[in-house]
Amino acid sequence: MSWETVIGLEVHVQLRTRTKMFCGCRTTFGDPPNTNVCPTCLGLPGALPMPNAEAIRLAARGAIALGCTVHATSVFARKNYFYPDLPKGYQISQFDRPLATAGRVAFESPERGRIDVGITRLHVEEDAGKLVHDRFPGKTAVDLNRAGTPLAEIVSEPDLRSPAEARAYLTTLRQILIYAGVSDCSMEQGSLRVDANISIRQPGDPKLGTKTEVKNLNSFANVERALEAERERQIARAERGERIAQVTLLFNAGTGQVRELRSKEESHDYRYFPDPDLPPLVLAPEWIAEQRSALPELPEARRARLEIAYGLPTYDVRVLTSEITLAEYFEAVVAAGVEAKTAANWVMGDVMTTFNESGGFPVEAARLAALVTLVRDGVVSHQAAKRVYAELAQRPGEDPRASAERLGLVQVSDQGALASWVDEVLAAHPAEVARFKSGETKLMGFFVGQVMKRSKGKADPKGVQPVLQEKLG
Amino acid sequence: MSAAAVARETGARLAAAEASGLNATLHWSQALLDAEARRVDTVRGGALHGMPIALKDNIVTTDAPTTCASRILEGYVSPYDATAVIRLRAAGALIAAKANMDEFAMGSSTEHSAFGRVRHPLDPSRVPGGSSGGSAALVAAGVVPAALGSETGGSVRQPASFCGIVGVKPSYGRVSRFGLVAFGSSLDCISAFGRTVDDASRVMAAMSGHDPLDRTTVDRPPMTPPPPRRDLAGMRVGLPREYFPADLHPGVAAAMERTKAAIRELGAELVDVSLPNSAFAVPTYYIVAPAEAAANLARYDGVRYGPRKVGPGGDIHALYQATRGEGFGPEVQRRILVGTYVLSAGYYEAYYGKAQRMRARIAEDFRRAFAEGVDLLLTPTTPTPAFRAGEKTADPVSMYLADIFVCAISLAGLPALNLPVGRSEGLPVGAQLIAPFFEDERMLSAAAAIERVVAADAEVR
Repeated sequence: MSWETVIGLEVHVQLRTRTKMFCGCRTTFGDPPNTNVCPTCLGLPGALPMPNAEAIRLAARGAIALGCTVHATSVFARKNYFYPDLPKGYQISQFDRPLATAGRVAFESPERGRIDVGITRLHVEEDAGKLVHDRFPGKTAVDLNRAGTPLAEIVSEPDLRSPAEARAYLTTLRQILIYAGVSDCSMEQGSLRVDANISIRQPGDPKLGTKTEVKNLNSFANVERALEAERERQIARAERGERIAQVTLLFNAGTGQVRELRSKEESHDYRYFPDPDLPPLVLAPEWIAEQRSALPELPEARRARLEIAYGLPTYDVRVLTSEITLAEYFEAVVAAGVEAKTAANWVMGDVMTTFNESGGFPVEAARLAALVTLVRDGVVSHQAAKRVYAELAQRPGEDPRASAERLGLVQVSDQGALASWVDEVLAAHPAEVARFKSGETKLMGFFVGQVMKRSKGKADPKGVQPVLQEKLG
Repeated sequence: MSAAAVARETGARLAAAEASGLNATLHWSQALLDAEARRVDTVRGGALHGMPIALKDNIVTTDAPTTCASRILEGYVSPYDATAVIRLRAAGALIAAKANMDEFAMGSSTEHSAFGRVRHPLDPSRVPGGSSGGSAALVAAGVVPAALGSETGGSVRQPASFCGIVGVKPSYGRVSRFGLVAFGSSLDCISAFGRTVDDASRVMAAMSGHDPLDRTTVDRPPMTPPPPRRDLAGMRVGLPREYFPADLHPGVAAAMERTKAAIRELGAELVDVSLPNSAFAVPTYYIVAPAEAAANLARYDGVRYGPRKVGPGGDIHALYQATRGEGFGPEVQRRILVGTYVLSAGYYEAYYGKAQRMRARIAEDFRRAFAEGVDLLLTPTTPTPAFRAGEKTADPVSMYLADIFVCAISLAGLPALNLPVGRSEGLPVGAQLIAPFFEDERMLSAAAAIERVVAADAEVR
């Protein structure tokens, strides 16, 4: 039997603000427990929430980037449940009147090519704190630094048809939100979290199957793995003629399996109602328009521009735009005078390697441009330049030329020096000289290589050949 | 008189009140009063210079516990002061004591305090009203000239009426709720008791005004103490017929007749108006307020503060059950259950949704009455004078009906006050004045005029 998979994703991203959603506490990651707290985010008696205008601005910006309609009026609601990491016993979220609805994201599906996924809604809410189980033996501790951190929840339509497609959508979504400056989208720091809803049905069946929800997905790769595991589980049940129950599952990245957390019957009744502490959030149409025009260039637009402006291959453009910082770095290198394809090759090569290791750009665009100029002017060879690059990455502020000189990598094009290296090589290889003279001209490469070797790479290869020609001729 | 002398005299009166068994205070000390006096000496002038003021124990302060008269907050000390307290102190007031109350402001008799009931200052067998009964009793007993209470559905006006003092509820949004322990957030108002309209007005004025920490405060200038009116010439005072039922307590009815006559003599015209939806105010209130309360009281879970009860089993659910089961009194538990029920899946529309629509209709009645040319409304504050302790504790609904004339105004967010207008068999009777939204000053200046001509201490027949 063949089955169609139907997937919808709920993504929480942390809005890139300095302070929390409803108080002035910092949102810094990794501070000592319970240091970024105040009466409001601790839920102390009498404290009240004060919305963070920057969080709302970023959420609106994100919604616009995802093609959503931002509503002039939205309503904060209380989502009621008891948990030790939830200081007020309710989370301030949005329910029946979210900030934004009805968006659309185009992405490249590995199976279906370029397709759209619908965005059902984007709403603003506060995060809970976190439970710490490994600090005090036999006890659970609560760290409320995260409590009140501003989040946007982005719910997709059930438009995805495979785990790989879900992953591709997430990659695109993340890229858009980073480009728009809405969130850092770092799964390691918890600033992007994914819950996935999945069901199966017979192809062509207009009705959706019973869905399950998979949680605890800590990387995009694990989203794909978890959904594959859950798809297999559902198909196996369906093929045995068993009912698929509406359950919440946890993914175990170690075993690659999903485990039932709770069934729908035991699920919470959140008893949402409008938060009486917060009047409806009213956004002027002019303000919304302002956010739209202030939106930074999104990945799609940047790709189009890079292709047209620099005449780069589609593949290069995709790699260069995969991270906004990479694209910005590339353009800075070009702006510093490096030819676009040369710049692209450098960025996709050595720069990318250091970026993947360190997440940054230890060799600033200007220094890379200076290094590329040294190659162009024949001061250093391309091979030597790669060594200089590695050196520059270790030595902040060092000039590429100084680096090359210190490493003895500046090419020698002085005729006298070249001639003496050539003489030494020819004297050391009389047999090859004889073969060359009898017509085996492809040995030229061998001689050049020997000269380079003897000069410890310092000889300018462009200067070596004429000298060899002359001496052998 | 120096602030130090005020502190000493206030301390002596608090001690005497305590010795008399009034049970109106939960926390006070001479040391704290003396500290307040020293602080006041550093404040120059101020509209309330040297005035001792008691606080209902649901208004947070850093120098004394704030318990809401509940076991669940026993010993809790806030790390911050309420905005209202900061403003009162800036105006030169001395915080005198934290006053007893119905637990979490839920009740109409101050019998629901975990720390014992408050006695009526004139008759210890009776209740002072509630939920701000401790504050009302302290003012009525002459211990302090003014006190703060809080209103959710009449918890200042009703005890003011029972105790024969002035009780002023502002327009919702005129006084910051930051630091008022939440009960029904869309209804809660810090309110003031005074022995005179002037005292209560000055306290209201000092506290009022926009607070960036409370998004529900209205961004308009603070209240100004109104110049006292000589008369009410040209004013139209509406008498909503639904608030004058045929079976009104005869003493209350007689006091209202005298008040109407006084208002007429002051030059105002009395007109008949109708507020038909006020009949639904009590049931509407008892859906909206518990729903909000159930969420507001969820934070008292024993995890972060307050006494923690671990419970059998030792897991988190046992902790919640034991902490909340033992920490909250029966009336609070009843309202949490009601509030949870009316918001639960499948019942939301039938209860909470319907109550919200009814609330809008109740408010619309008032808006229409004022739009049709009425400047103020006059009603009795309570259907009867103070009842006896224990009389209504077995029947929650009869207790809820004690608030029948004050509830609708809270739902509408309007300013209203209680003015003592006579005594029936020795017990005070109060009249309620209601003004349009943000016309608190109009109401206060009219009340001051009426206050001058109505003998509050005189027996009516």
